[in-house]
Amino acid sequence: MKEAIGIRDVSKDFGVGATAFTAVSAANISIRENEFFTLLGPSGCGKTTLLRMIAGFEFPSSGEILLNGENIADMPPFRRPINTVFQNYALFPHMTVAENIGFGLRMLGRSKADVAGRVAQMLALVKMEPMAHRRTSEISGGQQQRVALARALAPQPKVLLLDEPLSALDYKLRKEMQMELKRMQHETGITFIFVTHDQEEALTMSDRIAVMNRGQVLQVGNPHEIYDAPADRFVAEFIGETNFLKGRIRSVTAGAAEVALDDGAVLSADAAGASAGDEVTVVIRPEHARVVALSLNKSPATVRGVLENVVFFGTDTHYHLRLRDGSPFVTRQQNKPGGAGDFAIGSDVGVTIEANAPRILRAGT
Amino acid sequence: MSQSAIRADFRRQVQRRWLLSSPALLIVLLAATGPLLVVLVYSFLASAPYGGVLPEFSAEGWTAVFMERGLFDDSLSIADAHLSIFWRSLSLSLQTTLLTLFFGFPTAYFIATRPLHTRELWLFLITIPFWTNLLIRTFAILQIIRNDGTINTILIGLGLTDAPLKMLYTDGAILAGMVYVYLPLMVLPLYASMEKLDFRLVEAGYDLYATPFRVLRLVIIPLVKPGIVAGCILTFIPSLGAYVTPSILGGGKNLMIGNLIELQFGQGRNWPLGSALSIALMSIVMVALLFYVRNAGSSGKSHG
Repeated sequence: MKEAIGIRDVSKDFGVGATAFTAVSAANISIRENEFFTLLGPSGCGKTTLLRMIAGFEFPSSGEILLNGENIADMPPFRRPINTVFQNYALFPHMTVAENIGFGLRMLGRSKADVAGRVAQMLALVKMEPMAHRRTSEISGGQQQRVALARALAPQPKVLLLDEPLSALDYKLRKEMQMELKRMQHETGITFIFVTHDQEEALTMSDRIAVMNRGQVLQVGNPHEIYDAPADRFVAEFIGETNFLKGRIRSVTAGAAEVALDDGAVLSADAAGASAGDEVTVVIRPEHARVVALSLNKSPATVRGVLENVVFFGTDTHYHLRLRDGSPFVTRQQNKPGGAGDFAIGSDVGVTIEANAPRILRAGT
Repeated sequence: MSQSAIRADFRRQVQRRWLLSSPALLIVLLAATGPLLVVLVYSFLASAPYGGVLPEFSAEGWTAVFMERGLFDDSLSIADAHLSIFWRSLSLSLQTTLLTLFFGFPTAYFIATRPLHTRELWLFLITIPFWTNLLIRTFAILQIIRNDGTINTILIGLGLTDAPLKMLYTDGAILAGMVYVYLPLMVLPLYASMEKLDFRLVEAGYDLYATPFRVLRLVIIPLVKPGIVAGCILTFIPSLGAYVTPSILGGGKNLMIGNLIELQFGQGRNWPLGSALSIALMSIVMVALLFYVRNAGSSGKSHG
């Protein structure tokens, strides 16, 4: 796969003296052509700063930004074949929908007929033909979103940047737009770089995700890798709900480690490079564990605890437990017909964990 | 009382509420239209020999605005002097407006793009000249540009010129003085509209391949147009009636309308002519305002 955007050791510092801080530090990412790539992280993690450096609104303090192999780090934004969909759309209020969409093409010096043709094409793509001559203030938020998308796609950029474009929409509209964005990325074949703090949005839409925190890129991978094999505690915590159990590795045989949890239970998991005697944290996703009656599984090596709360969600039920060492534990299990309400709050219960489900994080990460 | 009676009573009360503002309305009415009416009436009366007016109708005042009588007979000819003063006033005011816009626009843009906490300081600096009396500020300029003033002393000291440059008592001196005096009146409304400008729109312009000059022309200027119109009105109108600056820096030789009017009420002892000139000046301002407001109105409409 050819690389579309290369981020090479890019850092960005703001301010001087006491107010100085590093928004992005030594980031390295390679984004492929025709990829839906997401920068994911909490607010203030540097994802927007990184996006603004790719767009050309900020210039890196050090490092290189490559577009098809050419360093564009110091190129002004109006020379980069990269367009942006802004968070609040930033549509020109003194122009109509059609004038907004045609703006980039006019600036590129395309002929009138060219511009009109392409604008009509873009209006059709985002299904906004009847609104062409409306003012941007006369259309709804969802429609503004489509116009912003059409405006950014009209000049056929090499890369499209999207800065949390769905955050202002209500839930239902957001779901619709997620699907639509995927469809457009597929149809246009343009590389999309999407910024969001919503992990669910990132998992459902992306080909690959870069998880960022405090200016650092923690992990780059496809949604499965990020979810199933988080690189560290932050990634595990940020992406989906997770149980963390502390323990010590008893033995490692053929890459499989036996972990004695502080709770008293014993689990086996992929060693992931850890060796016997290491203090580790074991990560278990709630949907990989089931609450069972203690009578079914009396072995002391089983994870067990007191049931503190049961929350019914329709399709599934969440069981909140307190383990013997005091740490919390959550399981999420699908509801079966007539299977609800088996366990009384306050009762001792056991937990069965699916084989291969536990993941080892090394202590300190 | 029945329900409908209570409602009718309430409606009457609401209808009478405007009466509460009647004192203010009365003052505005008297203060705004009263003096104007006096001036209008005076312009149609005959002048008394030692100033003031005689209570008899005369069109002499209005005739004298545009025409002048021959010295020895009653023949009428176009009042070249008055027309050239009108023309000078209009042209100087327009130049003042354009120059303050030229200097004020980048100034306002600079302030509007500073971090929030330093903007106040810059605005404060802009308003400092208001603390000093206009007369004193104008004399300060006089001090700088007169023949043995600061600029000429430096120029001669550096050997750049032998004889002092004549800057005082020229139209250029009036222009410089008025630009200096009215610059804050341009900067403040411009800043007010630029502060509201969404700078993401500027970024969007850059993002869509617009060069800095095109972003200025196609994004910034259309969006801050209301500020430009307000600044131009606030600069053009007072400079058209300017009196202190042209009288000091123009040396009574290069008159503007304001000076001409003062002359009629003072040494000229021709109150009807002064009144007629005042009304004429006001008409010019009104026409100019209508033009501006129309322009601003249409741009407002296109903003949707």
